[in-house]
Amino acid sequence: MSLNRSLRPSRRSFLAGTGAVAAGLTVSPKWGWGAEAKALNFYNWDTYIGETTLDDFKGATGIEVTMDLFADNAELFAKLRGGNPGYDVIVPSNDYVERMVAAKLLTKLDHAKIPNLKNVAPVHMNPAFDPGRVHSVPYMWGTIGIGYRKSRVDGVPDSWKWLYDSNKYAGKVALLAEPTTVIQIAAKYLGNSMNVTDPAKLEAAANLIIKQKPNIRVFAEDNGQDLLLSGEVDLTQEWNGDILQVMAEDPDISYVVPKEGGLLWEDTLAIPVGAPHPNNAHAFINYILDAKVGADIANFIQYATPNAAARALMGKDYSENPAIFPPTSVVESSEVAIYQGPEYSQLIDRLWTRINAA
Amino acid sequence: MDPWWRHPLVFWVLGLPPTAWLLGFFLIPLGIVWLFSFAELRGVIGMEVTGTLANYARALDPLYLEIFGKSFLFAGMTTVVSLVAGFPVAMAIVFASPRWRPVLLLLVILPFWTNLLIRTYALIAVLRIRGFVNFSLEWLWERGDWGLALIGLPGVLGDRFEPLELLYNNTAVVIGLVYVHLPFMVLPLYAALERLDRSLIEAALDLGASQWTAFRTVIVPLAFPGIVSGAILVFIPALGSFLTPDLLGGTDSQMIANVIERQFKGANDWPFGAALSFLLMYLTFGALALRAVLSRGRSAMDAG
Repeated sequence: MSLNRSLRPSRRSFLAGTGAVAAGLTVSPKWGWGAEAKALNFYNWDTYIGETTLDDFKGATGIEVTMDLFADNAELFAKLRGGNPGYDVIVPSNDYVERMVAAKLLTKLDHAKIPNLKNVAPVHMNPAFDPGRVHSVPYMWGTIGIGYRKSRVDGVPDSWKWLYDSNKYAGKVALLAEPTTVIQIAAKYLGNSMNVTDPAKLEAAANLIIKQKPNIRVFAEDNGQDLLLSGEVDLTQEWNGDILQVMAEDPDISYVVPKEGGLLWEDTLAIPVGAPHPNNAHAFINYILDAKVGADIANFIQYATPNAAARALMGKDYSENPAIFPPTSVVESSEVAIYQGPEYSQLIDRLWTRINAA
Repeated sequence: MDPWWRHPLVFWVLGLPPTAWLLGFFLIPLGIVWLFSFAELRGVIGMEVTGTLANYARALDPLYLEIFGKSFLFAGMTTVVSLVAGFPVAMAIVFASPRWRPVLLLLVILPFWTNLLIRTYALIAVLRIRGFVNFSLEWLWERGDWGLALIGLPGVLGDRFEPLELLYNNTAVVIGLVYVHLPFMVLPLYAALERLDRSLIEAALDLGASQWTAFRTVIVPLAFPGIVSGAILVFIPALGSFLTPDLLGGTDSQMIANVIERQFKGANDWPFGAALSFLLMYLTFGALALRAVLSRGRSAMDAG
């Protein structure tokens, strides 16, 4: 409830007061001086942890993990911006790590307490969104590309053109309902960087989508893989892991990152400011970065692990699967979204509103 | 002496908890959101209440007004369809035998036992291409095709069954909204019709009115208060829907609540979201006030 940082003093103290009451209600009491209760509150995406990871962690450390789920980064951010309701470890994606750092919502990690950081592949140790891994460690990474039904599509649809600029598959195409991603990829298709901020270029990207709208069946709420599986659409913009899950059910489905390049993302583990059990949180993060634990998780959720030691433990159908670990050429043509500040978010929202209203 | 329940102390003791609840969990939070609507963003999560009207000015942009208009259209259609579909249901329950009445009422409220999200997903399973509606149609198509071939007309129905695309358009949104809100229409209609004096209908029929005339000139006017409450109970929540257009709608099914939701999430612009919310509230109040004025005019007309 402590909703903001720069309201006037009287209101701020009122809100801070209610915030303290709310925190008192949700945060479990500490036992003894200095020691932390054997508890940890983990805020994660759905189906995004190993089957037994939390139980195994309890077996190893005695710390009981309570896991809550969020549906998207925006929900995670909205939940934490008013004050941490008691979470110790959260799983923000790359651009939201930047947004949360800008909003001073993440604590600095103590690398001395995370010796397993040595397992992380060097390429993931110094990303632009968190240089030096000060606030986050990598959890899983992947691409956004096109999931498609082989029998209904000519060849491999390896261009964004088939989703953004063609009536060939009219009415059988779904884009994501993620305003920033959808507009950024349109901008990339038009030859810009995905992170272009020029309003005229973004406007052009929005106009491309508006022109394409009659051919688009739906902006999918992270259920593109279900639409593909149930025959509702034949091509869909999706996260690679989601398509991989339905590829296992239906051999007629495949995944490709278009030649123009896709969007690279990375989900991270971070500790929000106000975490009631920071030591347990470090212990948990270190545990997840263990080679065997990381391999178990990756094996279950089928996303690409940045943990080189974990990947080395996995079979070839995982560690050399191009839908999980895209070829170097794809990684090089793809881009990572950068957080561009509040004005950019508002511009994107306005364009998205226009796209939907047109 | 006054009975004990007239004692002022009883009034205060009983009235205090709900008042405190309303104040603490409704009016104060609403007041805070109202203040936000006059705030400016400072950095990523900071806000300062400066009394600016810029958020309202932005909300009055034709882009957003059009979406308001569309939301009113969706909610209005939902109300009309609910009324047309709900009236016969309410009549049937009223005229059912007393043994069946509780069962039928239970059936009306049965959907509430399931979460809204699950009901909406269930509707997706009904309407999608490989859904129950299309399965049934395909079954009928096969029988029809077979039958026509028997009488020497093969292929009249086409070479193969083409499933209907029922999901992800505005019709699907209205179907979803009607499905969710229908009980709110049926229950007040039932309450109004149940109180209706049946001898009035008999009198109308005895005096030579047709069934339709009796329905139109006797039943509907007497059920009018129920129609009005049902319409309000359906219209207002339908106006603020965001889940149904999100899950069932196509690329142009955006309602104003979807825009508001985004301001509090992805766009991270709470002041603008607050302004849009209050504009929606003012418009709803306006619609209710208009209705009050109209119905006063109507009763004045009836009296005169």
